[in-house]
This record gives sequence, C-alpha cells and structure tokens, in this order.
Amino acid sequence: MGMTMTQKILAKKAGLDRVEAGQLIEANLDLVLGNDITSPVAIDVMKGFKKKGVFDKEKIALVMDHFVPNRDIKSAENCKCCREFARDHEITNFFDTGNMGIEHALLPESGLTVAGDCIIGADSHTCTYGALGAFSTGVGSTDMAAGMATGKAWFKVPGAIKFNLTGKSSEWVSGKDVILHIIGMIGVDGALYRSMEFTGDGLKNLSMDDRFTIANMAIEAGGKNGIFPVDELTKEYLEKHSSRPYEIYEADPDAVYDEEYTIDLSKLKSTVAFPHLPSNTKTVDEIGEKIRIDQAVIGSCTNGRISDLRAAAKLMKGKKVADNVRCIVIPGTQKIYLEALKEGLIETFIEAGAAVSTPTCGPCLGGHMGILAAGERCISTTNRNFVGRMGHVDSEVYLASPAVAAYSAVCGYIAAP
Amino acid sequence: MEAKGKVLRYGDNVDTDVIIPARYLAIQDRKELASHCMEDIDKEFTKKVRPGDIIVAGKNFGCGSSREHAPIVIKESGISCVIAETFARIFYRNAINIGLPIIECKEASEEIKDGDELEIDFETGTIRDVTGGRTYKGQPFPPFMQKIMKAQGLVNYINEG
Repeated sequence: MGMTMTQKILAKKAGLDRVEAGQLIEANLDLVLGNDITSPVAIDVMKGFKKKGVFDKEKIALVMDHFVPNRDIKSAENCKCCREFARDHEITNFFDTGNMGIEHALLPESGLTVAGDCIIGADSHTCTYGALGAFSTGVGSTDMAAGMATGKAWFKVPGAIKFNLTGKSSEWVSGKDVILHIIGMIGVDGALYRSMEFTGDGLKNLSMDDRFTIANMAIEAGGKNGIFPVDELTKEYLEKHSSRPYEIYEADPDAVYDEEYTIDLSKLKSTVAFPHLPSNTKTVDEIGEKIRIDQAVIGSCTNGRISDLRAAAKLMKGKKVADNVRCIVIPGTQKIYLEALKEGLIETFIEAGAAVSTPTCGPCLGGHMGILAAGERCISTTNRNFVGRMGHVDSEVYLASPAVAAYSAVCGYIAAP
Repeated sequence: MEAKGKVLRYGDNVDTDVIIPARYLAIQDRKELASHCMEDIDKEFTKKVRPGDIIVAGKNFGCGSSREHAPIVIKESGISCVIAETFARIFYRNAINIGLPIIECKEASEEIKDGDELEIDFETGTIRDVTGGRTYKGQPFPPFMQKIMKAQGLVNYINEG
C-alpha cells in the first residue's frame, strides 16, 4: 500500500520508512510560525517549560500582522512582548511594521518556506505553504511553544482526499472560485482531520497565486493540510524566492485515498459564499436578486497577492466605486505593495475611490481597518464569513474572488465580470 | 478522572469567532477574556454557566481560527468537558494541550438535551445522562493523551517527561 504526498513528507520528518493514516508520530520541524495574537500566549507558555531557550533561532518566524500597525494599547503590548522575545532569543525572522506582511503572503515570498518542509504555525491558515509542496498545518499557541522549544511536534498521520483538477478556467474564474466550489461541495467539515491533495493536468493552468489561495482555504473544509505536487512553475517560484535547498515528494501511484473528486476547471463559474459559512456557496448567476453592499475588501492571506491586485485593478481602471460603498484594498506584503505601486495599480485604486492600506490582517477577522456596523454587508476576498467575523453580530460577509469583489464594488451590488 | 454537571447545548459548526470574538483577542488576562466566552452565539452563557457544567454540541465544534483563546475561555468558565459529534482539528489539539477534556460521541451529541445532568468517566469514555436515563460510550483517549489531561496540559506533561 503506497503513501500520499503528505504521508511521505511526514514519514521522512519522523525518520520512518513508512507511515499510515491514524499513526501517531513525532516529526522534526523546519519552521515554527506565530503572529502578534498567538505568539504572546506561546511566549507565556514557554515560561512554564523547564527547558529554556529556542531550538533554532533561524527556524522561527514571528510576524506582527493581525492588529498591526498597533490597533490599541493592548495590541501594542502584545507586539512589544514579541519584539522583546525576538531580541532576547536572537530570532532571525522577526517581521515588524515597515518590513512585515500578512504572514502567509510574506513567508513564501521571503523564501522561508520550501517544498518538502514540515511547518507548523499558530495560525489556522498556515496550510497555505502546501502550494509549494510542503506539509504545513495550523496549531495553537501551546504547540507553537513546544515547537519553538524542541523543534518537534506530534501528529496523527492523516488520510487524504484527492482532487483531480482538469481543464482550464475562463479569464475571471480564479483559484478562489475553485476552492469555494470545493468547500461548497464537501462542506466545512468535508475534509476533517484529512489532507486535501490536488493533482491533475489542470494544475498547469493554475498560477502560484491561485495555488496559494486554494491551499490557504483547506482549513475552511476542515482539512489538516492542502498540498500540491511540485512542477516547473513551483520550481521557478522557489528558485526566484529562496536560496534554501528543497526536496520534491510525490504520492505513490498506489497511494490510498478516502475519496476522489474530479473537477473540470472550464466548467467553474464565479462563486460566492453567503453568510455565515464558507460552504454556503452559490455561483453569481444563481443569485437572481440584487444584493447591495456597503463595503468591499480586497486583500488578506487568501487574496492579497499581486495577481489578485492586478485582477481587481483591471476591472476598476477608469471606473468609480459605487456611491455608498467603501472599498478597502490591502496589499499582502510591502513588496507586493511596491510592485502594485510601480505597475500603477495603486493609482487605479485611489482614482476609483478606494482606500489603500499598509499590509494587515485587519478587517478579515474584525480586528480593525474596516469593521462593519449592525446590518451592514461586505463582499470580501477573505476566508471566513462566520457570525460577527468582520464586526457586529448582525453584519454579513460574502466571500468571493478579487474580480468579483472589485466588480461588485463598482456596481454597488454583488456581480461578476 | 471524572466530570459531573449540567448541559449547555449548542448546534453544528460552533466556530472560534463566536466562542471568543477577535475583538477581544488582545486581552491577556484569562478571567477578563472568559467574561466574553460564547458571547456571539449565546449572550447569556457567562450568566448561566456553573463550575462543572458540560457543553454538548454537534459536528465540527471549534472550527475556524487556531486561537487557543477558545478552549482557554471555555476551561476558564468552569466547563468540565465538551462533548461533540466531531471537533475541528486545531481545537482538538488545543483542548488537549491545555487540559480541557473533550469527547467525540455521535449518539450523545444527537440525543442529550439542554439542562440534562451528566456524569462522565474519562478513562472509559462513558457518558451517563442522569436526566435522560441513558448511557453512551464515547471514544476514550489513548493513554498518552490521558497523561496530558491528568497533567493539566502539555506543559506539565513535557516537564514531567
């Protein structure tokens, strides 16, 4: 019986010849990640360990991105706690205001995550790096603390669901539509405790940014991780961004999957997740009524990358954000921000009447920079639309691609180009 | 290890944003954090909950964010156990790591009602509904997880190891 791609990485990192679903293992970690919300809790937990210090100052990344630039005094204290910890332990990869970005856009761009890595992060969207052919998964602060201290974490080896992607999608259908379609199909617990392994000849038609978006939302289907095979596009990305050696793993031809799905990308349409679950999806042409919006957010670890901004700008060029709509654009990292500036995208957004912010998770989790009032409705390229996620418990979030969010911002209601 | 208490009942997909909304995540004081436990799904929770009480919910409890603040506020509120049909995986790890007992049991999740009195034996995974007069068999923890629970979380467990 063969192993899945995820199982092969886990076996290697646990020093075992083979592993099977359900087996409990202890694996060596290549990177431990935390942000300004989860790291202070982990730092506090570390004070309780008898063993002092960190396992490897190069293999820890602390990214100040959630309530940053500091939202209030408590947020400032949390960042200060992380900053002092980073200084005391000489953490190499500490990212603060001015050089930070949204963690899951920043780390691949900075070359800190490569194919074959085993990564944990105290942030649920850590599964993003599966796009590069790495095993990466979200954990809590205690796991992060144990990871920082020992360089190891325990895992239950997951079974897997295989998604065979074929064909090529049309111009305005992106990775976001692919993953919303999948979550709508299998549900928010459809991949619970399992890997989502993406494969098929349609992959060559998905850009790295599309793959990051898809892997990013594996957690929204309950998945432990989402993972893509390494192809020429991945290698090109890795060689451009990282000097670290990488390792390519492939699923065995006789690997066992719990379920298999085939998705023809050419059949997918612009998709929106209605409140209050990411699985509550409809294609835009199924909506049938004018759903007016008060706000549009374009950004986040899901969709704050350069191709997302390019798609949004292309649709907003020479247009105006509709009356009574606030449009907020948040580039994922400083580098993306600068690139967008040089390409003239920022000018397009500002001329259209959108607000452009420094990188932050901000409104995605109702932190700051775009909180909703009671009864308000937002179309957002973020990843969750739970009750109260972006503000008041009586506000609504509709999840969509950057193209749909930008087009809707101009129309004033939910619409697709 | 045992638990005994009254049931507070919730449905499927109780997410970490309703367990502890992000607007409170900058708070480090656990008592202050816990004063907002379940605020966006049940405003009365903090008034109703008594030490030892047990949460019973449906599928995918604790889905969403990795915030450990979620199991922390539940434990801090005095909840002795959470029973659900399934748990989201990060919440599952976090609950074990901080020593909040959790049990997966489909039948118990479907049948137990709000306000029922329960008695739970963690070593065998037995759930006795005193009010409903029924007994359920949940999945007991493997021995190493029981040790983490007894140590009140991963930190003490690692220190003891």
